[in-house]
Amino acid sequence: MGKRPPKYSAAALVKHGLTRGDWPRMWRRPEMRDSYDVVIIGAGLHGLATAYYLAENHGITNVAVIDKGYVGGGGSGRNTAIVRSNYLTPEGVAFYDRSLSLYKTMANDLNLNIMFSERGHLTLAHTDSALRTMHWRAEVNKLQGIDSSVIDPQEVKEQAPSLDVSENTRYPILGALHHPPGGIVRHDAVVWGYARGADHHGIHIIQETEVLDINVEGGSGPSGKGAGGKVTGVRTTRGDISAPIVVNCTAGWASLISNMAGVPLPITTHPLQAAVTEPCKVFLPTVVVSGSLHVYVSQTDRGELVFGASVDPVGTYRVNGTLEFTEELAGHVLELMPGISKMRLLRQWSGLCDMTPDYSPVMGFTPVEGYLLDVGWGTYGFKAGPVAGETLAETIATGRTADLISSFGIERFTHGDLVGEKGAAAVGH
Amino acid sequence: MIIVPCPNCGPRNSGDLQNCGENISRPDPSTASLVEWREYLYMRENPAGWVTETWYCRGGCRRYFTIQRNTVTNEIRGQEAS
Repeated sequence: MGKRPPKYSAAALVKHGLTRGDWPRMWRRPEMRDSYDVVIIGAGLHGLATAYYLAENHGITNVAVIDKGYVGGGGSGRNTAIVRSNYLTPEGVAFYDRSLSLYKTMANDLNLNIMFSERGHLTLAHTDSALRTMHWRAEVNKLQGIDSSVIDPQEVKEQAPSLDVSENTRYPILGALHHPPGGIVRHDAVVWGYARGADHHGIHIIQETEVLDINVEGGSGPSGKGAGGKVTGVRTTRGDISAPIVVNCTAGWASLISNMAGVPLPITTHPLQAAVTEPCKVFLPTVVVSGSLHVYVSQTDRGELVFGASVDPVGTYRVNGTLEFTEELAGHVLELMPGISKMRLLRQWSGLCDMTPDYSPVMGFTPVEGYLLDVGWGTYGFKAGPVAGETLAETIATGRTADLISSFGIERFTHGDLVGEKGAAAVGH
Repeated sequence: MIIVPCPNCGPRNSGDLQNCGENISRPDPSTASLVEWREYLYMRENPAGWVTETWYCRGGCRRYFTIQRNTVTNEIRGQEAS
């Protein structure tokens, strides 16, 4: 166990301000050992959350989190930081609602201000079929005690006065699914909080170390990999590590890592582009999502408007921006909010999304003993981070799949028990 | 932007076409087991590198054709109608 570092508090701020003392590093750069109880591949939100809950809830601290880049450099730092739980399937609703409740207490739990702003979430409906899906989602949500209801265009206007709710637009707003518990979070802070928490427990966060292979013995595939095999460790750019449990918490590279263990995945990788405007006076009080217009918008506390789109239709590992995206985005946002036509984009970026056929993740045990999955996070990985970590840690510690993720196993693609979440998880439908 | 060479319509922006994903051999529906069929439906290689894939010329001649594309650089080579 690592020594508890000084807590972040107002008193600590005053003390450091007066003494000009250095703040301790949030996490260390440890020397890699040659064996661990658990090796987690990917030091993003999911990997670090899993490591943190392994230590915090189950006392398992001989854990390494390995990343080929740096902490939070993948999807964790590229998402649009929206959290919500108004999903379509009962499995999805229960899962994401647990995540939302973890986000609510996270600032205290991790002793770091994650700037959770519970500002409400509007999913606009522009067609009769979209409105029908909103009613469906609202009823599924209410049944599970989630605050979620369908509101009419006038109520939409009250929630977000800058939206054009007139009937003369190309895609008139017919109503919206209103979800008051939804909101936005400072996404980097969440990653840093988990990294700091995991490091306090003595977990090794090993950056700039790429996993080259996963060592598996006794499997039915080539070189002993695949179904029926058993994990013995990983080979990295800094040498071999032996470990009885290896967890794939990567996004974007999930298929490549999983193929190393001989476990094929039902995943295709697509980039998703996002953009942010120059800051302006805060005028947008909620998160606004439009499925028909393929866009979601929120305004940060700095006043920048953050836009996200649906995934690019062609699967690729290339993350450069395209002119089509900027054009479409601008057109669609102005359709919703004509008043911001003079605003300029500050920058755009993209991240990689691992899309599954049913828009639900792939989690838990695999046909290879000791190799676990936490992949297929498509466009919903950020909002699920805390609960994914908590349930995966429980699964690893108890050797039994946690109840909340029992429907998300990879075997569902063999049995045909898909968890169709596209109606609530995708903006591009 | 990805420029895709349609054998009939020539080079076109990928937005005019539909990417149908990597080519996989389809098991015989009359003899395949459910497990084999679902593997064909869902499992993908998803490589980072050269992949042989099918495109559909949605906005043009509506022909299906096969090309090879590098998924890391989006370079394209080869082309044949399928």
